Amino acid sequence: MLGAYLPIIVLLVVAACFGLGSVVVSSLVGQKKLSPVKLQPYECGCEPVGSAQERFSIKFYLIAMLFILFDIECVFLYPWAVLFKRLGVFGLIEMGVFVVILFVGYIYVWKKGALEWE
Amino acid sequence: METIAIPAINMSVIAPEMILSVVAMALLLINVFVKNEQKGYLGYLSIAGILVTLYSLTIGWGAPQDGFSGSVVQDNFAIFFKGIFLVSAAMSILITDQYLQREGCNQGEVYPLMLFATVGMMLMASGTDLMTIFLGLEVLSVSLYVLAGFNRGSIRSNEAGLKYFLLGAFSTGFLLYGMALTYGATGTTKVVKIAAAAQSGMVSSNLMLVAGMLLMATGFAFKVAAAPFHMWTPDVYEGAPTPITAFMSVGPKAAGFAAFLRVLLVALPVFKAEWSSLLWVLAVLTMTVGNITALYQQNIKRMLAYSSIAHAGYILVGFTAGNAVGTSGILFYMLSYAFMNIGAFAVIILVGKKGEENNNLADYAGFGYKHPALGVAMCVFLFSLAGIPPAAGFVGKFYLFSGAIQAGYIWLAIIGVLNSAASVYYYLRVMIYMYFKEPTEDFNWVRLSPAFIICLIIAIAGVMIPGVVPGTILELAQKAILM
Amino acid sequence: MVSLHSYLILSAILFSIGTIGVLTRRNAIVIFMCIEMMLNAVNLTFIALSKYLGNLDGQIFVFFVMTVAAAEAAVGLALMIAFFKNRESIDVEDLNLMKW
Repeated sequence: MLGAYLPIIVLLVVAACFGLGSVVVSSLVGQKKLSPVKLQPYECGCEPVGSAQERFSIKFYLIAMLFILFDIECVFLYPWAVLFKRLGVFGLIEMGVFVVILFVGYIYVWKKGALEWE
Repeated sequence: METIAIPAINMSVIAPEMILSVVAMALLLINVFVKNEQKGYLGYLSIAGILVTLYSLTIGWGAPQDGFSGSVVQDNFAIFFKGIFLVSAAMSILITDQYLQREGCNQGEVYPLMLFATVGMMLMASGTDLMTIFLGLEVLSVSLYVLAGFNRGSIRSNEAGLKYFLLGAFSTGFLLYGMALTYGATGTTKVVKIAAAAQSGMVSSNLMLVAGMLLMATGFAFKVAAAPFHMWTPDVYEGAPTPITAFMSVGPKAAGFAAFLRVLLVALPVFKAEWSSLLWVLAVLTMTVGNITALYQQNIKRMLAYSSIAHAGYILVGFTAGNAVGTSGILFYMLSYAFMNIGAFAVIILVGKKGEENNNLADYAGFGYKHPALGVAMCVFLFSLAGIPPAAGFVGKFYLFSGAIQAGYIWLAIIGVLNSAASVYYYLRVMIYMYFKEPTEDFNWVRLSPAFIICLIIAIAGVMIPGVVPGTILELAQKAILM
Repeated sequence: MVSLHSYLILSAILFSIGTIGVLTRRNAIVIFMCIEMMLNAVNLTFIALSKYLGNLDGQIFVFFVMTVAAAEAAVGLALMIAFFKNRESIDVEDLNLMKW
């Protein structure tokens, strides 16, 4: 029974080792040229300290909206992928149609210039 | 590893929806590849798409079939409603281009959005699974939220879109919770199986089913703008771009009723006594609130919004009756309502100027003399809305109310007739402004484009022909009822 | 073993909190978050019932609710941005141009 969880444990161990390993190795081997900017906590390019009421650029919202839309479609891809072989050609065609419809949306977004950041 | 047996799909059931979706997607792509000046053609392309879809619908008349293991059905009921959606969408598209050009927001996306909304309505009318109905409703609603806020530069349009979105999403929550409880009580989401489970008493909890029905009714009442869930309607109708208001006031309301009828009549006939007394109250409230509030309106778009609430009330009268006469009356009335309401909104668009919509009653002073043809057209639509013979609105109301009388709801019919009489006041008031007030403007900006002429001719024909010879349409409606 | 009742009661509570939030909050984004909470309460109901009844319809329904909620979120954010651009606010008290 518990044997079924072995791969997950192995994955956890490998992931932990990789994460820890890369941090430790880079702190041992890497060069250190510290500057005030580099010492600040990493905040995805925003100023880490300042008013919490600060407004974000509207482009963040646009990207977030598009991300939600395209990301959520994975909900349908996962069950299909799990049963890929058993659904056969029919499943493949259906998913092809689904992806084509998504692609229409993608082309629209792209041509509208919503993916550009300037 | 054996393959999974795919249940019978029967693509021909959703052929009309597929055609319209493909057209809409094609238009979306064409829209980003052509220049702004050529976008007027998109409207004509979408009308062509609608005509093809309408043709593909007529093939299925009289030969009901279902598909996707009973999730969608193409019966006469669905086809009749889809006809209403397609006709109202085509008429709204005809009056859209000129308005958007005038207001300077002629983005081509409006046409694909209207078509997607129509696809959503069609799925609602066809849906025999709560899932299909929910998906159709959401395809419709999400498109409409965008359409209501389509004029991005106008604060009123922004406000309408945001209000519609917040309240629409809120009501979706109730509808979904109702669906979840119904599923929990009966163990299925298919309306036919829900009916079977409820009939045979194979229900895990009766309380759960009743709660589910009430929550679903709340959700649908929101969508069809029945009192006391109507508060969003006037604001959204007033703020949205006028052609969108025309579109919104007919199709989505009809689609809401189509799904509502199917859920109550097919899935839950066991509770007919309960839901008809619930609908009785809703009908009386909706008619009375709509008509009385409309009496005080100075803004004509707002007045028509309250009038549309009142009309939802008349339809609820037929629904309460739940018999053959009442149901065919609903179908007949919805169709004639499409013509008279969109016609009236078409005239309203013409009276407006860029930036100022001229929606106040006083702006109509003397309009009937300056533009006699348009004045007469407006009178025809208003007479029909008021239910004065020989317009179609009269015949429709007659059948709705006689359905109620046959089912024994005499008082309901009396309240309906009284309401109908009260409504004559505010429709006539527009005519009084048009003919008995001194003109303050010369209305020289009113330009009748060919698209408008076509739309108005269709609307007048659609109001007068079924009004004078109701036989054919009524026969179709009688063949399309759900029993 | 957590019983079906506990799940249903939890989701009813979540749904009510969402409803109260919608009715009392003033910020459009917070209202929308409350609506999302209502939808997720419904999702919980569906999943619990699906497990209890031993049929998958409820879980499939949840997939669709999730996708639809995402589409609504995108459209809702867009509408709020459009409103904000013109009014510099997303307070629903400022949705006041049209009143009867």
